[in-house]
Amino acid sequence: MSGADPQMAGKPEPFLIGEAMTGGYGRGADILHDCTIAVDKGQIAVIVGPNGAGKSTAMKAVFGMVDLRLGAVRLDGQDITALTPQARVAMGMGFVPQTHNIFTSMTVEENLEMGAFLRQDDIRGTMEQVYELFPILKDKRRQAAGELSGGQRQQVAVGRALMTRPSLLMLDEPTAGVSPIVMDELFDRIIEVARTGISILMVEQNARQALEIADKGYVLVQGSNAHTGSGKALLADPQVRKSFLGGTE
Amino acid sequence: MDILNAVVVLANFVLIPALSYGSQLALGALGVTLIYGILRFSNFAHGDTMAFGAMVTILFTWAFQNMGISIAPLPTALLALPFGIVVTAALLLATDRVVYRFYRQQKAKPIILVMVSLGVMFILNGIVRVIIGPGEQRFEDGARFIINARQFKEMTGLEEGLAFKASQGLTIVVTIIAVAALFWFLDRTKMGKSMRAYSDNEDLALLSGINPERVVRITWILAAILATTAGVLYGLDKSFKPFTYFQLLLPMFAAAIVGGLGNPLGAIVGGYIIAFSEVTLTYAWKKVATYFLPASLAPDSLMQLLSTDYKYAVSFTILVIVLIFKPYGLFRGKAV
Repeated sequence: MSGADPQMAGKPEPFLIGEAMTGGYGRGADILHDCTIAVDKGQIAVIVGPNGAGKSTAMKAVFGMVDLRLGAVRLDGQDITALTPQARVAMGMGFVPQTHNIFTSMTVEENLEMGAFLRQDDIRGTMEQVYELFPILKDKRRQAAGELSGGQRQQVAVGRALMTRPSLLMLDEPTAGVSPIVMDELFDRIIEVARTGISILMVEQNARQALEIADKGYVLVQGSNAHTGSGKALLADPQVRKSFLGGTE
Repeated sequence: MDILNAVVVLANFVLIPALSYGSQLALGALGVTLIYGILRFSNFAHGDTMAFGAMVTILFTWAFQNMGISIAPLPTALLALPFGIVVTAALLLATDRVVYRFYRQQKAKPIILVMVSLGVMFILNGIVRVIIGPGEQRFEDGARFIINARQFKEMTGLEEGLAFKASQGLTIVVTIIAVAALFWFLDRTKMGKSMRAYSDNEDLALLSGINPERVVRITWILAAILATTAGVLYGLDKSFKPFTYFQLLLPMFAAAIVGGLGNPLGAIVGGYIIAFSEVTLTYAWKKVATYFLPASLAPDSLMQLLSTDYKYAVSFTILVIVLIFKPYGLFRGKAV
């Protein structure tokens, strides 16, 4: 299948689109080949695929951390291909890296404050919203974030990114290294975030669970779009199941 | 046995000198640790930055003395200190712009930056000697003592005297103010928090929109404030001689590493640990022991563990011990 998304034809442009992206890190070999990733407003898009398929790279490309030779990234119709990641944060893109995604020596509350560093207005309302979403963080707000459990640290990481009031939240394997129970809870929270109108773009190892909550799924293989469709359609697709989801059912 | 006199002797020769020396080391080590935490290299030029800051302050002090400006009983140097800080901050910012920024943009390894700072050190070294000369300079004025030995003896009727120099008192008071202000800045202000965030996780700080160049600038300014203050206090307490500031580099680094590099609280504790070890190990305990012990046990020797010539060996030994057994320092800083 080519990089172009067949479902897109005739529809208005999605809220965020990384279109036909080709590139890699620095002067190294290309990792992405004509790869397209898009998210609609308030929807959840999930990038899945085998190890080394370029999932994280595709998301980083959307965020400006990859050198693109070809292709473009547009946010709300605006071409942001040339912008730095920092400038994209200011434009409403929130990014939660896979690792090192919190300030371990600082308290939970300070982590959230740093997330809102660029904002000049009153941030207490947003902080309250984050505490409502993750009640455990409110109890631990004076504790150093590095002392928290894996799942709680991920909550801090997501909370920090939400503090800029982004219109798009990008999560790089948010459930890596957490227990299945915590994973389910994190997914529930992510759905809640999407319901507030924030678009979500997420890379996931736990493909089946991730596709279950996804409005849109992208299966990448070797840096190219292998399968694209709604989460349900991909889960039902025999080829995807056989080659990628284990196909036991 | 005469415990009261023993305590007075101890306070006079160990506690007060070590407390003021420790404060000076703590201020110096704070600068070292801040630069390590933010800019991620050991700044070998910090000792000579102290010398430069002290020198500028001395020049302003002399100018004020000639103009007849005085804030007696406080030393005129205190009035000149803010001017010294401004000039030193300008120098550090200029050095960063001309030298360090280039290597930062190249993403140079820390060891390269250390060598660069060594070069900066030699240049500062030369600048200070060209301007004020290599010799000893005196610039203290105002009251010499808060309490001197004779007054103390008359007041208490004790055999031993206790001298508390104005420079020692000033050192302790200024250190408390400077440290409190620094911690308030780092813990309470947005700028200070962003510095801690940058020190903790540089990439995430960038993602949060923290401007790294601004953080670096503020760090140099804080380093200038701390270095100049430490240098002037040391000069008032002992005397100003460029070479002694270079020698302070070892105990300062020892203090910062003992406390945990990058950890401000650790730098302060480290400063006092080094100072108290140095002073207690090089102090001749005979007099204290004579007061403390029954006459039959009075020692014949000086009871001095180390000659003062070896005082730098003390910080070096502590440094080695800490690096072997607790490489992150007592307060968990970064690995060296």
